[in-house]
Amino acid sequence: MSPPLTGAKFTGGRHGIRKSRWLPIYVTVYLGFLYLPILLLPIFSFNNAASTTFPLAGFTTKWYAALWGNGAMLDAARNSLFVGLCVAILSTGHAICAARAITRYRFRGQRAATGLIMAPLFLPEIIVAVSLLMIVLQIGIELSLATVILGQTVFCLPYAMSVLISGFEGFDRSLEEASMDLGETALGTFRRVTLPVVAPAIVSSLLVSFTISLDEFILAFFLSGTEPTLPVYIWGQLRFAAKLPSVLALGSLMLVLSILLITIAEFLRRRSQRRIQGRLANG
Amino acid sequence: MAEMPMIEIKAVSRFYGIYKALDSVTLDIAAGEFFSLLGPSGCGKTTLLRSIAGFDTPTSGDIRIDGQSAIGVPPNRRPTNMVFQNYAIFPHLNVAENVAYGLKRLKLDAQDERRRVGDALDQVRLSTLGKRGAHELSGGQRQRVALARALVMRPKVLLLDEPLSALDKKLREEMQVELRSLQKAVGITFVLVTHDQYEALAMSDRIAVMFGGRIAQVATPKEIYQRPLTRAVADFLGGMNFMKARITGETATDLSVETQRFGAVTLTKPPGFTCGTSEATIGIRPERLRVLWDDDTAPHAIEGHVVDRHYFGEITHLIVNVPGLDAPLSVSETNNFGADDIPVGAPIRLAYDPDALVALAD
Amino acid sequence: MAAVAILQDGPSKSAHRTGRRWRDSDEATGLALISPTLLYALALLFLPVLIVIAYSFWTQDYLTIDHTFTLENYRIALTEPIYRDLLARSLVIALVVSLVTVVFSYPVAWFISFHGGVHKNLWLFLITVPCWTSYLLRVMSWKVILGYQGVLNTGLMSTGIIETPITSLLYNSNAVVITLVHSWAAFAILPIFVSLEKIDRSLIEAAHDLGDNKVMSFLRVTLPLSLPGVISAFLIVMIPTVGDYVTPKLVGGKDGVMIATAIQAQFGKAANWPLGAALSVTTMVVVSAMAGLVVLALKLFVRWIR
Repeated sequence: MSPPLTGAKFTGGRHGIRKSRWLPIYVTVYLGFLYLPILLLPIFSFNNAASTTFPLAGFTTKWYAALWGNGAMLDAARNSLFVGLCVAILSTGHAICAARAITRYRFRGQRAATGLIMAPLFLPEIIVAVSLLMIVLQIGIELSLATVILGQTVFCLPYAMSVLISGFEGFDRSLEEASMDLGETALGTFRRVTLPVVAPAIVSSLLVSFTISLDEFILAFFLSGTEPTLPVYIWGQLRFAAKLPSVLALGSLMLVLSILLITIAEFLRRRSQRRIQGRLANG
Repeated sequence: MAEMPMIEIKAVSRFYGIYKALDSVTLDIAAGEFFSLLGPSGCGKTTLLRSIAGFDTPTSGDIRIDGQSAIGVPPNRRPTNMVFQNYAIFPHLNVAENVAYGLKRLKLDAQDERRRVGDALDQVRLSTLGKRGAHELSGGQRQRVALARALVMRPKVLLLDEPLSALDKKLREEMQVELRSLQKAVGITFVLVTHDQYEALAMSDRIAVMFGGRIAQVATPKEIYQRPLTRAVADFLGGMNFMKARITGETATDLSVETQRFGAVTLTKPPGFTCGTSEATIGIRPERLRVLWDDDTAPHAIEGHVVDRHYFGEITHLIVNVPGLDAPLSVSETNNFGADDIPVGAPIRLAYDPDALVALAD
Repeated sequence: MAAVAILQDGPSKSAHRTGRRWRDSDEATGLALISPTLLYALALLFLPVLIVIAYSFWTQDYLTIDHTFTLENYRIALTEPIYRDLLARSLVIALVVSLVTVVFSYPVAWFISFHGGVHKNLWLFLITVPCWTSYLLRVMSWKVILGYQGVLNTGLMSTGIIETPITSLLYNSNAVVITLVHSWAAFAILPIFVSLEKIDRSLIEAAHDLGDNKVMSFLRVTLPLSLPGVISAFLIVMIPTVGDYVTPKLVGGKDGVMIATAIQAQFGKAANWPLGAALSVTTMVVVSAMAGLVVLALKLFVRWIR
């Protein structure tokens, strides 16, 4: 849902729709509301006190230092990394095929197929989680990281699809025809034209899927057996007030990582869009 | 034609369900010819071009390029190259890389490749822009890159799909001249698809006019303009005054008609003319009617009066009501002698040459 | 050449009729390409949902499942006060959250679309960044902000605005609403923004030209034309919100418990899968009906003002 929809064309500007004085202030306050929670976590993670109250008690990095000795946390981080990589590859792979099918071909049942793949976006996550849990236990598969990967891939597909559809959509079919026309084979065309042009969108989709998997809680909570991912680990720690500062430190690291990955993804996605749409210098 | 045609299109049809995009089209295009496929949207001209390029497969019929059947041959193995309507410049490559794209398949040595790319860029006057990225090009430059990229492959046939439609009027006219001289210089067959009759008239050796998946007429620009075979062709290429005439005599090639105001004339019978009818449609171009001033005389003239007048800068269109004709005549007169000053309502005499009259099939 | 261009994309139905093999047609290629993804979604989304529906008509008999058809679970889900109240509260919270989110997000989307200038993409990115961070962490952060000893209370007290901490901030429905509105902000802004972008600016100028003032042209042109975006925003916020689990658990307290907690309990401690399934299905059906009503109401409202 997120960056994929943001690539709309510029309109307006010289049109006579006048700016109100209050609106920019409102938007600023709104942005403050959005950023307040994610800025507070890092602030308190450096606070030299076990409580989260103002005024701050002084600067420390001890909560971060403590993380390195925490074996359970490191295990969870390893699990998250493994799950994230698998989910990113699986969902992007699936989404490449599906997005290509949707943007390039017309076939019966296209809308229904797209609707089903995008459905997790419009479903309460708990219902997806519960239904997956039921089918997994029904078949008799033991809960493990593998079940988390299967579940999160379903959940990541709509996002990967949005990124890739927006990446493929502007892809001009005549580019492939031009390549064939210039003597290149179908395979060579895919390698020399299609892939380089859509590569940034694919990388962007990998990053987005990885980030979602890294931060995803509900599915991991229901579908992981004895091996927690980071959010599940954090959930377990929340019961103990004394553990809060180290959770804040861990959370801050995750925030920074998410924001970093998403920024790269957005940068790549935009570059791919610019590339594909090929703005004219004089346009 | 003694020489073998470069492209032979034999009874090619292309159906999409019950829709006939091409309906048994037969056509020969000579080597070294600048050939245009002209027609309105949906007439099948692009389908025909794409069939020659290999992007579309005819439902039936044969296409032979340089003596070889092209049916079943993929686009990458045909001796044709195409300039796409939107130019299809590879966005991830710069100008030189775009031009070298097809050469990479040929595994030339580096120097040879560079020389051919350089020559091709020279040919389209882009030699200074080799390193320019695809996004940084203007519409005209993109078109030149597309041309160079195709020509560098030394195709036997260059296919151009409405290559000028994305350019503004001034640039379009410049490029018409340039394309024509480029074709003369390289000497290969150009096949151009266009819906712009002036473009086709200005550039082509021959034109095929298409309607509804069929070819209506194939001829030189001059012939197609002056001697259109059907009412639709006449109408599509500029203005024409149409009128009914009574048939008085008919041979295999000629048609003698009696008209209300243009007298009795004998005209060439267009092929496809329905025999056995008593009436024929004849036409005359507005510029073939000339205003007679004061004491001017002419062997053939008609009289009427001006009912309307439209000023176009170098010419004026006069709408002249002639008693006895079903519709007023449209007359196109240069403004050298003051046609723009003729008042509405004034009586007027018009001279014409009976040779300018054409009989048209429906 | 538009007609021909469309035809060249190939109405595949006709392909086999005219002698080309269907296997090579666009339709076959498209289906082949999408089938792995489609099968995946069928196996891990569609099939599981069918199983949930099936279970909802069965009964838990200690450790085994009684497969006789029964509506008993639905009777419990709809009439037992505890589930009825939880469902009602979840619906009210989902409705309030989606309403508040859409109303507060619309001006932001409008601002970016009409006054974002060349930095529109940057604005949108700024709006969406918080959304990409861990949901769990954000909810946790709200707990830190709204708590009795939290940022808001201690902050307000140190500046002297209040003497004693406000107790009504955390552990109630308000806290749940605030947290959820924060979570879904970007999801509401994006669809509204997209539909605003599609509006031809000259339509608004035409409305002014025809005598509408700013407010009237907004109500009669901009709002109706952005309705598809508003509707998507409503749906994309309301439906997932009704089943939220983390927020009520962390900041809801006793007053803020929602239906997801009850559903989760049936798959955990209570171990009554059929009842959990029936609760899930009921929630989906009821929230879909409510979403339908909201969409209808919005359409009627827009028709009424124009």
